[in-house]
Amino acid sequence: MEQPAFPTQIRRIILEQAKRANVGHIGSALSIADIIAALYFGVMNIPDPNDPDRDRFILSKGHAALALYAAFFLKNWIPGEMLDTYCSDDTLLAVHPERLLTGVDFGTGSLGMGISYAVGAALAAKIRNSKRRVFVLISDAECNEGIVWESAMFAAHHKLSNLYVIIDLNGQQALGYIQDVLNTSPMGKKWEAFGWEVKDVDGHSPEEIIRAIQSCEQESTCPHVILAHTTFGKGVPFMENKIKWHYWPMSQEEYSQALESIEKRP
Amino acid sequence: MRTAFIKALVELAKTDQRILLLTGDLGYLVIEPFVELFPDRFINVGVAEQNMVGIATGLAEAGYVPFVYSIAPFAALRPFEFIRNGPVYHQLPVRIVGVGQGVDYGFNGNSHFGVDDIGVLRTQPGLTIIAPADDTQTKSAVEKTQHVSGPVYFRLGKDSFELPDLNRSFELGQTQQIGSGRDVLLVSSGAITREAVKAANLLEQQGIMTTVLVVSSIAPVPTADLIDALSSFEHVFTIESHYITGGIGSLIAEIVAEHHLDSWVVRLGFDSLLNGSLGSAAFLHERHGLSAAKLATRIGEYLRQNV
Repeated sequence: MEQPAFPTQIRRIILEQAKRANVGHIGSALSIADIIAALYFGVMNIPDPNDPDRDRFILSKGHAALALYAAFFLKNWIPGEMLDTYCSDDTLLAVHPERLLTGVDFGTGSLGMGISYAVGAALAAKIRNSKRRVFVLISDAECNEGIVWESAMFAAHHKLSNLYVIIDLNGQQALGYIQDVLNTSPMGKKWEAFGWEVKDVDGHSPEEIIRAIQSCEQESTCPHVILAHTTFGKGVPFMENKIKWHYWPMSQEEYSQALESIEKRP
Repeated sequence: MRTAFIKALVELAKTDQRILLLTGDLGYLVIEPFVELFPDRFINVGVAEQNMVGIATGLAEAGYVPFVYSIAPFAALRPFEFIRNGPVYHQLPVRIVGVGQGVDYGFNGNSHFGVDDIGVLRTQPGLTIIAPADDTQTKSAVEKTQHVSGPVYFRLGKDSFELPDLNRSFELGQTQQIGSGRDVLLVSSGAITREAVKAANLLEQQGIMTTVLVVSSIAPVPTADLIDALSSFEHVFTIESHYITGGIGSLIAEIVAEHHLDSWVVRLGFDSLLNGSLGSAAFLHERHGLSAAKLATRIGEYLRQNV
């Protein structure tokens, strides 16, 4: 970590921009703030977003893109004026990542597809003997999609050890809790059965996420999945684990309260 | 055509290291020449067409030109959203190869028919769509799309054959003509051009002189060539092994309407669900009025009633 304050900075940007644009998906973005901070400021090798040999990142749960835009801004890849166009007319910063935005390797929004692109990207690196790695962040609800398991099967068969899937395991989907809608547990055992190296981490501890990724066997013969145990809406107590904050925008009062909550977090 | 395709691909791959071949576990006794020469550039992804297109998207972003191979509906329809959000949206050079256009897989039934692929794929901006009319066109289509920077769909026939009268090779955005009769224009696309040419000969015996216009480059649309040809004919018949909605007939109707042409267009293709009685492609064409004999009869009758 370059700076311990990155997760808080990301959360603040999420709240500011979501409020300014009056849009939702706040809880999903807050859920991945620490993962995004860990990846962009402690894991991935991206000297320049156009470097062909950079590590690749795919936000397969595209609806949490606001957290990604915050990282791009903090990386100085996009200016503040651009960040302020989030969900305004004529913007490149929409609810889901648009591929022409600097920093976006693959546009997403249709759940499940990102992991399949990631498998192709990892395979390309293997064929080419490139050292670059591929990181893809998916949600637990996204594992409802059959393509996730097609991709998992393929990646293990082809020993794509340069592929890292991080699952934002917050237990929620758009309309309910995962255990009620479509149970995906035991998640770790499923991936293990598919031939993956599985690591469980506290998804709100960037240090733990970084350590887990670093501890993955670089020369191993299998792909890696990091089960990041997270809290939906993390950092804003009134949003935490509440289904409605998948879509709901904030009132002025909620916004002030939310800002106060994230500043209080250690 | 599938054999001609693999032969052409093998030749191209000898000098173009970007080319990879992916299959969704299909292509027995077709793809082997590629696999034998380039075992490291061939991947059987398993029976997973959506993943195949997703993986191809990731490979293409890294600079490869992956060809994904399957039977037409499994290549075009099963992964359609992956084609849309992957190579089309990202403008990447993924090559989608759909074998068994129309009802080529006759006895395999409805699930294996490629009778709606053009209609579905034609909606996608920047997707090149090619339906070669014979083996020679298949070869030249593979060669001439080598450097197309966006995605390409090849709609290939299962059988191998040459149309001797088709002496012009495939060109993107252009049509080819067979014959120069002045009475009616037959517009055909893909392998069924063979029937269209035979139908033209039968019509000639009835004293009806035809020109067969071959539309192998479906996208980019050969607009100039189409306007040029359509302007010279009052009666135009489109012939396709495809549902009549969305295919070549629809394309021609769009051109006629948008360019205020005076042609009467009759669309000949499949106009009802292909279920029930099954058989060979020849049987199905005959049953649905698309064999050479049936085409000639239908066109002759239409002209007698309307001219």
